[in-house]
Amino acid sequence: MPMLETRGLTKTFGGVKALQSVDFSIDQGEIVSVIGPNGAGKTSFFNVISGFFKPDEGHIIFQGEHIAGLTPSQITTAGIARTFQNVRLFANLTVLENVMVGQHCRTHRGIFGAIFQTAAFKREEREIEEKAKEVLSFFGSRLVGYRFDQPAFVLSYANRRRLEIARAMATEPALMLLDEPTAGMNPRESVELTGLIGKLRDELGITVVMIEHDMRVVGEVSDRVVVLDHGVKIAEGSYDEVSANEDVIEAYLGRPADMERA
Amino acid sequence: MTETREGEVRGTTTDTGVPGDAIPAAPSRFFVPRYAFISGGTMAFVAAIGLATAFNRRLIINPILSLGYLILVAPAFVAGYLTARRSTASAAARVAAAAVAGFVAGLIPAALALLVDNVPALRQTFPNMSPEMVQFLRFGQETGGELLLIGIATALGALGGVVSILPTQVQKALAVGTESVVLLAIFQQVVVDAFRWFRTLPNFLYEPAGGLSIVSAVVVFVVTAGLTLSPRTNLPSIRSRLTSPDRSVRTRTSITIAVVVAVLLIGLPQLMGGILNELLTNVGLFLLMALGLNIVVGLAGLLDLGYVAFFAVGAYTMALLTSPISPAFTPMLTWWQAFPFVIIASIIAGIMVGTPVIRMRGDYLAIVTLGFGEIVRFVLLSDWMAPFFGGAQGIRNVPGIPVFGTEVNATSPQLMVYLVIIFVLLAAYVTWRVQDSRLGRAWAAIREDEDVAEAIGVDTVKAKLMAFVTGAVLAGWGGALFAAKVGSVFTNSFEIIVSIVILVIVIVGGMGNIVGVAAGAVVLIGVLGGPQQPGLLQEFGEYKLLIYGALLVFMMLNRPEGLIPSARRARELHQEEFLQDAWLDKAGEVSDEPAKTGAEA
Repeated sequence: MPMLETRGLTKTFGGVKALQSVDFSIDQGEIVSVIGPNGAGKTSFFNVISGFFKPDEGHIIFQGEHIAGLTPSQITTAGIARTFQNVRLFANLTVLENVMVGQHCRTHRGIFGAIFQTAAFKREEREIEEKAKEVLSFFGSRLVGYRFDQPAFVLSYANRRRLEIARAMATEPALMLLDEPTAGMNPRESVELTGLIGKLRDELGITVVMIEHDMRVVGEVSDRVVVLDHGVKIAEGSYDEVSANEDVIEAYLGRPADMERA
Repeated sequence: MTETREGEVRGTTTDTGVPGDAIPAAPSRFFVPRYAFISGGTMAFVAAIGLATAFNRRLIINPILSLGYLILVAPAFVAGYLTARRSTASAAARVAAAAVAGFVAGLIPAALALLVDNVPALRQTFPNMSPEMVQFLRFGQETGGELLLIGIATALGALGGVVSILPTQVQKALAVGTESVVLLAIFQQVVVDAFRWFRTLPNFLYEPAGGLSIVSAVVVFVVTAGLTLSPRTNLPSIRSRLTSPDRSVRTRTSITIAVVVAVLLIGLPQLMGGILNELLTNVGLFLLMALGLNIVVGLAGLLDLGYVAFFAVGAYTMALLTSPISPAFTPMLTWWQAFPFVIIASIIAGIMVGTPVIRMRGDYLAIVTLGFGEIVRFVLLSDWMAPFFGGAQGIRNVPGIPVFGTEVNATSPQLMVYLVIIFVLLAAYVTWRVQDSRLGRAWAAIREDEDVAEAIGVDTVKAKLMAFVTGAVLAGWGGALFAAKVGSVFTNSFEIIVSIVILVIVIVGGMGNIVGVAAGAVVLIGVLGGPQQPGLLQEFGEYKLLIYGALLVFMMLNRPEGLIPSARRARELHQEEFLQDAWLDKAGEVSDEPAKTGAEA
């Protein structure tokens, strides 16, 4: 059984068909890239899976459960975490606090624990902090030490992207949706992050779906590539298969006049 | 003098095409007339609305200076000071420009005096433009009073110019000295009341008719200014400690301050008389509600403009359950027996108001809560609900709070203060504990970006509802205390202005910071007074809202984070300064980052 499966997923905004009957599936431990030209519906696809938008039609089945129609927080609790194309951190919270918020859905103590400082509350707070620090150490020395108490807006662009991934990791997901994780990074940083995406799967066992424009990153790390265009899935397969696919080339480059087909 | 100056400046502004050169010169051309007209307008305004004449009865230095005259002439000094400070000319030219600014400023109220004197019909439209006002503006002189006013304004403008060229340290000392004299005079009531056991001090300071005596004013000025000039002054260091990036320093300083405040809070009600205790009770009640609203607005970022509704729910629930003549049914519980029901009623009210509005954001949330606040008041006031809530009659005969056999109510303000303080401390404790907990972090995340908070697993509906309910419960406590304190509840205690005032306390004090909110409550309720409660400056009465508004505008322009802001909010509003600091602090570590990347790659 696939970890995540969508059947006939359709979403329209007025006259714009963002997704048209998209069938998609990913198995445990896979890394799948979703590519396509601008406006192809890639981010809409993520938004529908993560519960930001309700699909008009179709099913989303995650680990055997229908999740279409749940709220984003319920979906995150079920085990799907995401990042955003335009990094969206809690800018005025510290680096550590940003990641600690990610632990929210895995912890339970409420207001009375905080008021009465119960033993369970204190233990849980300690665990949240330890978990957050552990997650941040995933990025080597970049987000640890004095960085813990810095507000997120101080960070460089690349570090913001890393922090967003760390925050998603803190929700202890089975599946992560990364929306252009290397956008705005320099080539060296991209290479480093590509390695980390591999580590996410190999060391932490997290399955990854990734929207990416950088074809080197896609080719490097993906087990499989899915191509969307105008909300339709036009190709699927290994990176080499997809990059040779005529429909894909056409979607990206347009149709040459002398290759007009009937 | 000004002509040469203006000519000079005009030359530099028009001749230089380079923007970099034009920037320092450009302001002085406009600031002489601008400051002069603004301050002259202010002088005429405070006179025309009757503010200055009303405050003429309050003496600062007996018999030479009243608060009214201080307010009237202070703008001339400020105009001179600002004009001279903006200029880059020689010292003499700056003082001269300042004198001209004072002169121009003085012309405007003088013109007002002439106008009102010659057009008595004006009084029909502007009731405060009376012969008394003219008399006041003329310093009581029959003829030539206007010239005296202009002369004094000119002199003060020049004085402002002189002060502006003094060294900063001296300026500060003069400011502290003046502030001390003015504050001591304004707070005469407190000082006299607090030193009932040691009359020598107030007897030395104050004249029997009110105000400092000339001798005591001079002594106070010299002592406080001298203390400021001496090298060991602690106030700035307290401020820097409180905003220190080191968390432990902040905590330690806060604890020290808390201990001092605690000793004062335990001691003061004993020392103070009935009026000041009544005042302190009002401060406490508003602070209690401000702490509740601080959770909703300051921590969770939900702008609730109908917060007074929860205050009303608390007060009415208490009144209904304890009053022997409550309209519908008379369980006649004691205050303590009824208290749990107040909490339950507040929780229900919080959920009822919260549930429908919880999916709204920002402006929409503010408007809808505003509406809910009014709905609650109208329901309580309505004839339809009169059989339950008494309608316009309200509910009377609410008994006091039984504590160790005595009943605490309006006639025992001293005990009331202690009860209110206990509840305020409870509320502060709850805020302090919760803001650093899992729920507090969820609120902070929602305040930052609600969509993202939801996306990373925070159940925003639940967390926001928790904020509403927690805020409602604290307001409910306030209502329960209020009902027992006043002994009756009427809907006019729960008008929309109460919500606004509580919000202003939170904003002016410092959103998200317990100490800041407390400072806001002391300044606004203690000094200025609440919507229906007199403050220390009782003369403010009808000008209270004007001063609230002016204060709010001033704070938003100059210190939007509030008097004592939370660290997070200060960062938010001063991101650029913070970035610079962070960069300077960590310059070494930042610069080695690329090297590290190179090694890893």
